[in-house]
Amino acid sequence: MNADAISINHYLMLSAVLFAIGVAGVLTRRNAIVVFMCIELMLNSVNLTLCAFSSYLGNSAGQVLVFFVMAVAAAEAAVGLAIVISLFRNKQTVNIDEINILKW
Amino acid sequence: MHQFIGYVIALPLVGFLVNGLLGRRIKSEVIVGAIGSATVGIGFALSCMMFFEMLGALPEDRSHVVTLFRWVGVGALDINIAYQVDQLSILMLLIVTGIGFLIHLYSIGYMHGDPGFWRFFAYLNLFIFAMLNLIMADNFLLMFLGWEGVGLCSYLLIGFWYDRKFEKGTTGDAAKKAFIVNRIGDVGFLIGMFLIFETFGSLKFADVFSHASTLSVGAPIALWITLALFVGATGKSAQIPLFVWLPDAMAGPTPVSALIHAATMVTAGIYMIARCSVLFALAPVTMDIVAGIGALTAIIAASIGLVQNDIKKVLAYSTVSQLGYMFLGLGVGAFSAGLFHVMTHAFFKALLFLGSGSVIHAMHEEQDIRHMGGLRKHMPTTYWTFVAGMIAIAGIFPFSGFFSKDEILWKVFSSGSMLLWVIGLAGAGLTAFYMSRLVALTFEGPPRWDHHSKHPHESPRIMTVPLIILAVLSVVGGFVGIPAALGGSNHIEHWLEPIFDAAQQKLPSAGYHSHTTEYLLMAVSVMIALGGIFLARRWYLEHQNVPESIARRFPRLYSLLMNKYYVDEVYDAAVVRPIVKESDKILWRIVDVGLVDRSVNAVAKLVGWISVRARVIQNGATQSYAAVIVVGVIIIIAMMLGQ
Repeated sequence: MNADAISINHYLMLSAVLFAIGVAGVLTRRNAIVVFMCIELMLNSVNLTLCAFSSYLGNSAGQVLVFFVMAVAAAEAAVGLAIVISLFRNKQTVNIDEINILKW
Repeated sequence: MHQFIGYVIALPLVGFLVNGLLGRRIKSEVIVGAIGSATVGIGFALSCMMFFEMLGALPEDRSHVVTLFRWVGVGALDINIAYQVDQLSILMLLIVTGIGFLIHLYSIGYMHGDPGFWRFFAYLNLFIFAMLNLIMADNFLLMFLGWEGVGLCSYLLIGFWYDRKFEKGTTGDAAKKAFIVNRIGDVGFLIGMFLIFETFGSLKFADVFSHASTLSVGAPIALWITLALFVGATGKSAQIPLFVWLPDAMAGPTPVSALIHAATMVTAGIYMIARCSVLFALAPVTMDIVAGIGALTAIIAASIGLVQNDIKKVLAYSTVSQLGYMFLGLGVGAFSAGLFHVMTHAFFKALLFLGSGSVIHAMHEEQDIRHMGGLRKHMPTTYWTFVAGMIAIAGIFPFSGFFSKDEILWKVFSSGSMLLWVIGLAGAGLTAFYMSRLVALTFEGPPRWDHHSKHPHESPRIMTVPLIILAVLSVVGGFVGIPAALGGSNHIEHWLEPIFDAAQQKLPSAGYHSHTTEYLLMAVSVMIALGGIFLARRWYLEHQNVPESIARRFPRLYSLLMNKYYVDEVYDAAVVRPIVKESDKILWRIVDVGLVDRSVNAVAKLVGWISVRARVIQNGATQSYAAVIVVGVIIIIAMMLGQ
């Protein structure tokens, strides 16, 4: 394999790094909007993986799935942002440390 | 037809559920009463159809086992909800459903206006359901279910009027007494059942009895099993030493006394021994004990009955005494005679109790016969039916009691034990005497009640019709068992022959006695009964000072009888109080507070301790949940990579 060419491993590495950044963001950031963006980052890192494999294996099913993920992500963004807005209206904050009523 | 037995048994359960769950909403007494009676009445109709089919079948085709479903299956223990329809159980089935139906009808009139009307019918139906399980079961465990069930219903119904006073306490005390004394007997039944399972490896009647036939007569294990079972029978059938609960059971409504404490439940012990006749035949010692206890109970209870003044108490002791006769019959190996007496006794004792209920009803809850008298012209139907019952129980030819009691006495005589026969005969004389005294004091002579506050009247039709039917049965019921000596063919004995055949082969055959001896004995017992009747009439109607002067001349004997031989007092001092006292120290302070409460509290504390630590995990912060998910995913990936 040509050392200069960008191999599948590069894509997978990039994807893994992006995913890890996303996870770290979700776990550590306090701003709900930022957490939300990190989730999008995770989704897109997975999309990258799908595209890479699709191209590598010459099978377009992966790319089809990417469109599917994008559609879901768009819907999720709409719903998620709506939730963030209504949270802000109720609690005047988007700091998720203060949103801890998800318990019995 | 025999497969309909499931419906016969399930119907009263349905009646119990409907009346028990919805009865309070059903405002109409007629509907509640109709549901309660119909479930038993339909059962009786089906039982009759089953009986007639059985009559038409050959003797060897008369026994069937109807298996409904598997109940318990643990290791070697395999118990089905299965019912045995044979000559013995169909006899009991007809008695229970038939008498039960009449008493249900009677109760519609007797319980009229009672706020617990629906509750009463629900309990009665539950009782019938339990009783049917007891008599129809094809194994000991299902029989025990019914055995306990009838005990529960007896408890519920004795304490039915739980807010009323009864003697020194409340009806609740009487109910508890019945329940606890029965429990003592039940321990015996349980131990017997354990021994049977240990010995024969099964609880099914068919298996146990076929295995039992291989044992030799006098085998020690048979002695222990039968003794334990007999302890159970003494509890349920009110024999010495456990008879003390039955007189107190009169605290319940009178139809209950008639159904449960006279006609059906208390004969369960006799039925059980008859069912296990093969086992009992293997243990001659137990048979002697059964006969001895029966004779002793018969005479002691009859003697107490002589002086009681409560109309229901007299009948209660009479029941104990008659049950003693049945055990006497069983004990000398006359199983079918015992069952015959169960049947005739069910007729006339149910009649007498229902008649006494009619009297109590008319006298506004008055039960003391010293405050009655002269009721004959106010309630003629009750009077004449009551007299029919009195003659039947006294054993005057050709009323039903004559045939069954004489059959027992004859079998006792021919078994060769003179002492038991004399005791039985004396008991028969006492029976005739106290029953005649009861009739004389209640219905005849001058009225001894207040004419202004009491207006006795005949009971409504719904109560008198069952009385009339039972009176007819009391008169003619004995004709199914006319002995050969009187030109009959003793149908009932032949009917039950296949059931008791195996047992009879193990028993020593009775010595031969000519018909002349039998006629002589019959004449003697009828003479004694007539003597008892006329003596009582003379003393209580014409020379009323005689009983008093006898009581004055033998004050200690009189107070001994009046206080029922002080049995209650002795039990109280010897058993109840020591237990109560020791319970206070040991059972309450050490066992209950120290062991039970502390272990329960320890469990609660342990759960609390774990929860305090566990609830930290669930803090409501989304990110901590997400962190758990991530950790979980990492662990799963690590495991997958590690493989």
